[in-house]
Amino acid sequence: MTDQRRDLEQRPSPDALLEQAQREDSPTGKLKIFVGAAPGVGKTYKMLEESRAKRKDGVDVVVGAVETHGRAETEALLNGLEIMPRRRVEYRGHVLEEMDLDAIVARRPQIVLVDELAHTNAPGSRHPKRYLDVEELLNNRIDVYTTVNVQHIESLNDVVAQITRVRIRETVPDSIFDRADAIELVDLTPDDLIQRLKEGKVYVPQQAERALAHYFSPGNLTALRELALRRTAERVDEQLLTHMQAHAIPGPWAAGERVLVCVSEDPRAAGLVRYAKRLADRLHAPLTALSVESRRTLQLSEEERDRLADTLRLAQALGGEPVTIPGGERQIADDVMAFAHANNVTQIVVGKSNRSRWFEILHGSVVHELVRRSGNISVHVIAGETIAGDPIPRKTVRTAQKPAAFDLRSYLVAVAAVALALGVSALIKPRLGVENVDLVFLTAIVGVAARYGLLPSLFASVVASLCYNFFFLPPIYTFTIADPTNIVAFVFFIIMAVVVSNVAARVRTQALAAMQRARTTESLYVFSRKLAGVGTLDDVLWATAYQTALMLNVRVVLLLPENGVIAVKAGYPPEDRLDDADLAAANWAWENNRSAGRSSDTLPGAKRLFLPMRTGRGPIGIVGIDSDKPGPLLTPDQRRLLDALMDQAALAIERVRLVADMAQVKRTLETDRLRSALLTSISHDLKTPLAAVLGAAGTLRDLAGALDDAQKADLLVTIIDESERLNRFIANLLDMTRLEAGAVVPNAALHDVSEILGSALRRAAKILAQHRVEVDLAADLPMLHVDPVLFEQVLFNLLDNAAKYAPARTTVRIQSWRESEAVCLQVLDEGEGIPPGDLEQIFDKFYRVQKGDQVRAGTGLGLAISRGFVEAMRGTITAANRTDHSGAVFTIRLPIPLGSQQLDTAA
Amino acid sequence: MTAPPLRVLVVDDEPPIRKLLRMGLGTQEYRVIEAPDGRTALDLMREKPDLIILDLGLPDMEGLELLRTIRARNESVPIVVLSSRADEVAKVQALDLGADDYVTKPFSMPELEARVRVALRHYQSREASEGASVLQVGDLVVDISHHWVTVGGRLVELTPREFALLAFLARRPGRVLTHGAILAEVWGADGAGHVEYLRVYTRSLRRKLADDRANPRLVTEPGVGYRLIARP
Repeated sequence: MTDQRRDLEQRPSPDALLEQAQREDSPTGKLKIFVGAAPGVGKTYKMLEESRAKRKDGVDVVVGAVETHGRAETEALLNGLEIMPRRRVEYRGHVLEEMDLDAIVARRPQIVLVDELAHTNAPGSRHPKRYLDVEELLNNRIDVYTTVNVQHIESLNDVVAQITRVRIRETVPDSIFDRADAIELVDLTPDDLIQRLKEGKVYVPQQAERALAHYFSPGNLTALRELALRRTAERVDEQLLTHMQAHAIPGPWAAGERVLVCVSEDPRAAGLVRYAKRLADRLHAPLTALSVESRRTLQLSEEERDRLADTLRLAQALGGEPVTIPGGERQIADDVMAFAHANNVTQIVVGKSNRSRWFEILHGSVVHELVRRSGNISVHVIAGETIAGDPIPRKTVRTAQKPAAFDLRSYLVAVAAVALALGVSALIKPRLGVENVDLVFLTAIVGVAARYGLLPSLFASVVASLCYNFFFLPPIYTFTIADPTNIVAFVFFIIMAVVVSNVAARVRTQALAAMQRARTTESLYVFSRKLAGVGTLDDVLWATAYQTALMLNVRVVLLLPENGVIAVKAGYPPEDRLDDADLAAANWAWENNRSAGRSSDTLPGAKRLFLPMRTGRGPIGIVGIDSDKPGPLLTPDQRRLLDALMDQAALAIERVRLVADMAQVKRTLETDRLRSALLTSISHDLKTPLAAVLGAAGTLRDLAGALDDAQKADLLVTIIDESERLNRFIANLLDMTRLEAGAVVPNAALHDVSEILGSALRRAAKILAQHRVEVDLAADLPMLHVDPVLFEQVLFNLLDNAAKYAPARTTVRIQSWRESEAVCLQVLDEGEGIPPGDLEQIFDKFYRVQKGDQVRAGTGLGLAISRGFVEAMRGTITAANRTDHSGAVFTIRLPIPLGSQQLDTAA
Repeated sequence: MTAPPLRVLVVDDEPPIRKLLRMGLGTQEYRVIEAPDGRTALDLMREKPDLIILDLGLPDMEGLELLRTIRARNESVPIVVLSSRADEVAKVQALDLGADDYVTKPFSMPELEARVRVALRHYQSREASEGASVLQVGDLVVDISHHWVTVGGRLVELTPREFALLAFLARRPGRVLTHGAILAEVWGADGAGHVEYLRVYTRSLRRKLADDRANPRLVTEPGVGYRLIARP
């Protein structure tokens, strides 16, 4: 955005308009900051004065947190203002009073007063810093009045420390200062301030004495005052710029400045970054912090590595973009210039080297190279100043160190290698002479260097040279050397050993780094391939959790939104619930789309660190990680790897969801298709007989003259037959409806099976006219507890079915027998039988439809109704194929009621 | 009529319907050949029927499939679909696949016979109308080569597009032409899916032809298409 702000166009810049619109019609509250150069200038007083005026105007003002420091004038101003009760926090035996954020949010005032923006909250609070509380208040559309001293502003931290020799640890990022809607500078001349101090209006007298001697020297105060004025002016300048651009006022915009700051593990790099930030701000230029990965950086200690990562993060906190590029075989200056040219950098900030002249002659100086080759790029060489104390306040997500490795084994192996070399040398010395012995030792040293790195190989070099001297250089078995030529040889041996160690170890380091990178790439590749292969959401989540846990050596939980709240969906090792602190942090991370929890800015008391998973369309879930190691969870590399993994996982989750959505759409379409097929079938079944009836009747009416009597009779038969068919179909539909509505209540009583079968056969006589019917009922059949109407319908449907599927002139056989506690009744036909896979489905409603219409005129309801009725009578019905003949067999099994037994024996 | 009786192939799996058609058409001097399924129907195509009455719900194949197969064999026999499916989708599908008309069940015998007659006449006059430069549909005369249209002798001024539309319909009098078919013929690829073009043009055509609203020459088949019929 800052780039575009410098467009030379006369047209208002859209970004500028947008920025202004957002300010004027923002969804957040407005922030007003009262800035002072030093404590005691009267910021709080001024803020309270203004609030009282607002209150008089009827604005709802409450006091969130105001420190009066026992100043009477200030306390008097508090009278009449509503003061929100503080939250009491117990910490290590002390009771601390903190601003009650939730109470204020719930109270919803128009303006809340929050003194001392840079305040650090008591441990266990939601946010570690008060400015984060203020951000949350603003996000809740509450206007905030706050105060800050200039020395607390992050980018001025170094300068203030230089002026006052006091490092301020409580800082607020420049971003909050820049987002303020209004800034009021509370100014007081140094003399007046010192006067106030002496009068005891700022500190209690004893404290004031000390303060006057140190911090509040006239020189310091003048410098601080200037800083405050300048910083406020810069801020006002920016507002002016926005205004001028929004109204298309042409101005002397600097064109396309870009600031690049080169950072290293040097502790002074933080100061360099802050300097670059101020430079970038003055130029309204974007800031990039560049770190070049080289052989040297690979050999950094963990502490140095951490410092480099922190410096890069500082750059990010200051609004810059941290970049790490791999160095080539060339000099670092080449890489920096290549990057600078590729990114249109106009200003390069580097630290002044404090290396010796000798070092520069031997290794070349990056600074000199840069200056020599910079062309039209300005190079700022800054003499960084080491300031005692912690150079970088640690911010955002803290990261961990790898455990330092001292491996005793490698030194033992080094000794063993030398011992082996000694043995071999002893063997070959008589044959090849002492001149070749040193080669054997060098081989051993190279081996150790390649395997274990520099230190063990240097150790091996020492041991080897001692052995060489002791065992092979005359006088042997002493550490003295008699022959001067041997001394020269020995010295060269030592030089060789050290050089060889160095070279081999360096090769090893590079190989290790390459392997590490290859492994990371490989893991990412494997991960993406795994994700591409899995189909369900659970699989994606599980693969994500498992791979992440494995690659970063942490415990992982994944949370996805479910009905508006996020809930744990997967974990490795498996985890299905979080404690309250973690859940709160996860929720906060989800709602704010920012990291929360352990080693972050928000709710650091949580056990895990929670990060949002995002796709281009927004956040889709939260990942939570933790491990048993104390301290920060991830190294910067791991943090970046985690980001890459989560990006992929987020995409995979989105993909799975899209697939699921599509499957749902497909299912809906399928259902629609089935329903329409069903309707087609029903309308076919209803309309076909109706068409025949209507057609025949119409023909009889219109064409009676052209028909003979036989034809007329035939048409009448058609009308009657088809009407009956229609009636059957409608009856079936009604039966089905009754079954589905649960309205079939069997009117059961004891009945004779043969009697009901007889009536069913009579009803089916017409449709079975083309078939032979055989009936074989056992003589001892008991009476059954059935509904005669339903049972007859079941039998009729089975007979109808047999008539339809078995060709004419075949036999339909009905047999029944008693089987322990039940009566079995079978209907067997001689048709083609039922496809084995369909034995159950044939009882499905409208089954015929799905099958594809092989049946001549079935309704697809008969068997479904039969099963429904039989089951309503507590029996079962199954279908099978005959074993003795082709054809189907339907078996009904009905329980023999107790009463029936008694009746039988009585009979 | 001294000509040999016209042969109608009835393809329907329902014996009562076949019987009914056999009797009904038999009284009108047609000879009916019956096929209970698609395979038999394809076999009977060898007998060169003069017209086919086709049910869409056949036991061994989809009626639409049979229709496609017959048309793919380049058989120009008129086909009247007789189906219980009354929805527009089925009608449009059948017509687009080359059916000449579509009658829904239940149906009345006289109506079916009338549709059969139209389909047969259309095919008989087809050779003549293909190359003809003057088409006559009742009192409507379309002179293709001179781009003239007269209604009852009165000259009607038409835009080129209206003329193309009317000529396309007049070549196939009595036959339902689907929206898709008309748009493809008159508008080409640009017209696909733009049924609203047709509404606009048929409205202006009706006005220019002075069509009686209750008894129009240009008949709308709702959801399916249009047909041009003869008015004296």
